[in-house]
Amino acid sequence: MVAVATKPLMGDTRSGHAAPVLIRGGRVVDPANGIDGVMDVLLVDGKVAEVRQGLGIPAGGRTIDADGLVVAPGLVDLHAHLREPGFEYKETIESGTRAAAAGGYTTLCCMPNTEPALDTAAAVEFVRRTAKATGYVRVYPIGAITKGRKGKQLAEMAELAEAGAVAFSDDGDCVENSAMMRSALEYSLIVRRPIVQHAEDKALTAGAQMNEGPVAARLGLKGWPRQGEEVIVARDVLLAELTGAHLHVAHLSTAGSIEYVRRAKQRGLRVTAEATPHHLTLTDDLVAGHWWSATASLAPYDASTKVNPPLRTNEDSAALVAALNDGTIDCVATDHAPHGVSDKHCEYALAASGISNIETALGQLLSVVHAGKMGLAEMVATMTSRPAAVFGLPAGTLSAGATADVVIFDPEREWCVDPQQMFSKGKNTPLAGHFLRGQALFTLVGGEVVHEH
Amino acid sequence: MRRKDVLDLDDFSAEELTEVLDSAVSMKEVLARPIKRVPPLRGKTIVNCFYEASTRTRVSFELAAKNLSADVVNITASGSSVEKGETLVDTARTLQALGADMVIIRHPHSGAPYLVARELDACVINAGDGWHAHPTQGLLDLFTVREKLGSLDGKKIVIVGDVLHSRVARSDIWGFTTLGAQVVLCGPPTLMPPGIETAIAEGLRRKGGNGGNGATKEHAAVRVQYDLDKAVEDADVVMALRIQKERQDAGLFPSLREYSRLYCLTRARIARAKFGALVMHPGPMNEGIEIAPDVAYGVQSVIEEQVTNGVAVRMALMYLLAGGRSDLAV
Repeated sequence: MVAVATKPLMGDTRSGHAAPVLIRGGRVVDPANGIDGVMDVLLVDGKVAEVRQGLGIPAGGRTIDADGLVVAPGLVDLHAHLREPGFEYKETIESGTRAAAAGGYTTLCCMPNTEPALDTAAAVEFVRRTAKATGYVRVYPIGAITKGRKGKQLAEMAELAEAGAVAFSDDGDCVENSAMMRSALEYSLIVRRPIVQHAEDKALTAGAQMNEGPVAARLGLKGWPRQGEEVIVARDVLLAELTGAHLHVAHLSTAGSIEYVRRAKQRGLRVTAEATPHHLTLTDDLVAGHWWSATASLAPYDASTKVNPPLRTNEDSAALVAALNDGTIDCVATDHAPHGVSDKHCEYALAASGISNIETALGQLLSVVHAGKMGLAEMVATMTSRPAAVFGLPAGTLSAGATADVVIFDPEREWCVDPQQMFSKGKNTPLAGHFLRGQALFTLVGGEVVHEH
Repeated sequence: MRRKDVLDLDDFSAEELTEVLDSAVSMKEVLARPIKRVPPLRGKTIVNCFYEASTRTRVSFELAAKNLSADVVNITASGSSVEKGETLVDTARTLQALGADMVIIRHPHSGAPYLVARELDACVINAGDGWHAHPTQGLLDLFTVREKLGSLDGKKIVIVGDVLHSRVARSDIWGFTTLGAQVVLCGPPTLMPPGIETAIAEGLRRKGGNGGNGATKEHAAVRVQYDLDKAVEDADVVMALRIQKERQDAGLFPSLREYSRLYCLTRARIARAKFGALVMHPGPMNEGIEIAPDVAYGVQSVIEEQVTNGVAVRMALMYLLAGGRSDLAV
């Protein structure tokens, strides 16, 4: 495997010195403009110049032959953990954004559960500055809803927004107190940025290790019932109606949660939701490894399967795919959660939750497409224009004049997930040794190639 | 025995279970001799690694190993490097480097022995992990019932109490159903693992049936019943599980008084079971709470024999794991 990358200057305004790039003969999928056909894409001065058939090669520019490949807006992730500051042994902004580039992502929003939490303007600015200095892709920080993510006092949302926070979340922890959640939603009307909720009723999930059900019963692990998520989603939808604020539900994992989001949308509330590649494609029988599934290569209790919310069942993942298709779930978000080896190579109950998946997300979603459960253009929309719309980010489109953030991927290329080859410091994936079909070959940010496979 | 480790009974075939039980018959005969020591594990080092308090299981393993002439080293969490923050994986690697031939592990977290087994070339025997499994308890329970009733086939076994938190119940279920018995789980709904019937049915299906016996043809191999008076009807075996006071504090049942009213094995309830039904308990007992003293020490009780049989079964298991054959006399 050979991967080449150059790190662009990540200024607020792009340098504009990127040499012209012609991406020729690929299947261009740009859902925001309803484009899906074989044509050329010309990038000039870090912007999309033109998208049509028969474009000529620009002087001094580079031509990328995209015959048989898909050319799409760079992927947009609303939910990634970059771990810096505080947990640099798990991931840094540099390693996480390098991994993102390898996964086809050009824009990501990073969660504030760092140490210290992103609950001050200084912390938000640190992330933006570090991303500019060391990052490979665009990074938008998400600020904390409450100080220290403790759920007691609101963080200074207005100042955080001024510093560049695009949304607010206590992700990893739920804002459990109903009055505090109401305040957060109401107060967010000042800055008009979404409140992103990690929906988990901790009284129902205390000590829980995996989805409640037969697999947990067999393994003797405490179950995390679906209702632990659904009671919070239901409550938050009511509070969204009360306040008129924008509620974004993170990592939806159950069929039941979808119904509350669907009803909220039918009532015209500003409620959006995301689903992760793992909840869309993996199920809780993986925790039992080869006991439960003849094809599983994992040993029982492999902590790479531990994630919060936990992997659910086939019915849940099928419902998530259907809801992503019908728009009830707005977008895919990775919840990329890298961890160090010792965080995962231990007793299941002691292991950290999370999957390092920003490099596998595209392949996982393409498996849904290959299975005939979603169209390719729809899949691209759920990873580009639709997430960009949820947070109002200037990304996810190949419109003329848009920043030249592009992914070129081979939807057919088979590759084996080898954690040691991953750019992320987090090698924690239950897909190790699995084959995925579909991989990013080129990722361009502002017209510059940041990843080439 | 063609396996490195014994981590649960869920992957044991009926033939394998029978091999262990048959071998345990010979071992029980050894235990009846004036000199109980036989030589098969001479020169082998067995490490007893207990991360949780235990009397009967730890001593039972130690005696079993010594009866087979092995050298035994005991490690407990307190007084070892665990107190200095050594991880389980590090401890396993250390035991590997020290040359242990067999490691017995008791651990508070479900699945911990699987982690250890992956790190070690030595045989690993699970002596109880979290809520998950206690395979040697399962084997000694099977041995005790088979010895008393001749066969498990078609027998009705009632397990009463806190199944949710019970590794004994989980291992017993696999053992009993694999040998053709039907298991009824009885206790308050708050102490039943959600989905347990599906879990066992699915596990048995993947194993290829429950030992080829008739029990599951008409009935589910495992079912749950909340009413003990109904559950014990026609039972061949009634086993009480230990109830822990901390479950009351967690809001899972109102009081020991009410628990006892509904789920204590009393003479009146045992009288509803089959004539001569066996009364069992994995110990340690809360007398007067989950089992009445007169039942615990009554004629139908085999609770003390369970403890004795535990040594024989553990000897058989270690002997077979070390490469011994069940058809050879010791």
